[in-house]
Amino acid sequence: MAQHERPLSPFLHYRWQYTNTLSILHRLSGVFMSLGIALFVYWLSAIASGQAAYDESLACFSSPLTKIALFGWLQAFFYHFLNGLRHLGWDLGYGFEKSVARKTGTVVFITAVVLTALTWWCITSQITASVSGGVL
Amino acid sequence: MAQFSLPANSVVNPNGNVHKAPAGSKDVRSFRIYRFDPESTDKPRIDTYEVDMGSCGPMVLDALIKIKNEIDPSLTFRRSCREGICGSCAMNIDGVNTLACIKASAEIKGTVKIYPLPHMPVIKDLVPDLTNFYAQYASVKPWLQTRTPAPPDQERLQSKEDQEKIDRPSACILCACCSTSCPSYWWNSDKYLGPAALLAAYRWIIDTRDEATGERLDELEDPFRLYRCHTIMNCAEACPKDLNPARAIAEIKRKIAERKQ
Repeated sequence: MAQHERPLSPFLHYRWQYTNTLSILHRLSGVFMSLGIALFVYWLSAIASGQAAYDESLACFSSPLTKIALFGWLQAFFYHFLNGLRHLGWDLGYGFEKSVARKTGTVVFITAVVLTALTWWCITSQITASVSGGVL
Repeated sequence: MAQFSLPANSVVNPNGNVHKAPAGSKDVRSFRIYRFDPESTDKPRIDTYEVDMGSCGPMVLDALIKIKNEIDPSLTFRRSCREGICGSCAMNIDGVNTLACIKASAEIKGTVKIYPLPHMPVIKDLVPDLTNFYAQYASVKPWLQTRTPAPPDQERLQSKEDQEKIDRPSACILCACCSTSCPSYWWNSDKYLGPAALLAAYRWIIDTRDEATGERLDELEDPFRLYRCHTIMNCAEACPKDLNPARAIAEIKRKIAERKQ
């Protein structure tokens, strides 16, 4: 009998479970936030380098592209933070029942979206208020 | 590192043989099944079988047996008890790992897609090579280890409460549905023990009659063997016996952390 190398069975067709979806989102949000540190460092160094550099950085921060990214970072932060609490619960031995894990997963996801929207609304209305109040 | 594509010899040809239902069949259902013949040089393919459900039992395993008996005797799969206790017919049905004998065809919408357990070497058709999986199970020494002599006049007794701790984890049938649903196991099965072996390890760690708890924990305290579990929880979702390997793994991690205090 001819012997051939055994093929590897397919695995990427595995139906996406809510479990691995939330898990991969946790990772992606973590990686995405680390990338955001670059922008944070730029912001800090702009402050440290004086008025001219800071004014220049404002152009970057007010660009729509940066705003979209900042919104993404806010979303990543809230999701990663809340899901991190979920992981802490697991590490303490709580929340493993399938029904409970599904509930906490839903709560984490929805709360992250709501907190992101609220925070974004607070920030933008603050800025609008400052502009109309003549602060900026 | 996670590999997202199949090796060249494993890429599946989606257009294999099509076996039409006999004329006059009323309730026809399509089954698309992964085929691999080790005696040919062909790559794996997907064959389509049209089955007359009017003359077929309710479970996916019934359909597989009907196909083998009446349409294509070359179709190869493992099965034995047909009641969810032997774990032989574990496979990937409709995208999810389960036992063919307790999965009703009616629960699945549209074409029934059947693959072997994911990310495993395939011996033939739906039969994966479980050598590594069993070796990992053996590596956790799934038997009672004692240091003290047994009482001379009786067996090593277990209280009802202590027995209840091991009732659930003992119910594992080693079907491998959990381990092969775990993305971490897909990419690290050479070093990571996987949910099934770790659930078995847990079963002996919490057995109050066992006297090798320390050695068992020593053996598991390893960045790969145990800590490749990232609490994804696909294992608990996949388990056809409704067990929770994720919880067992977390409990092992806790026991290792606690003994350092």
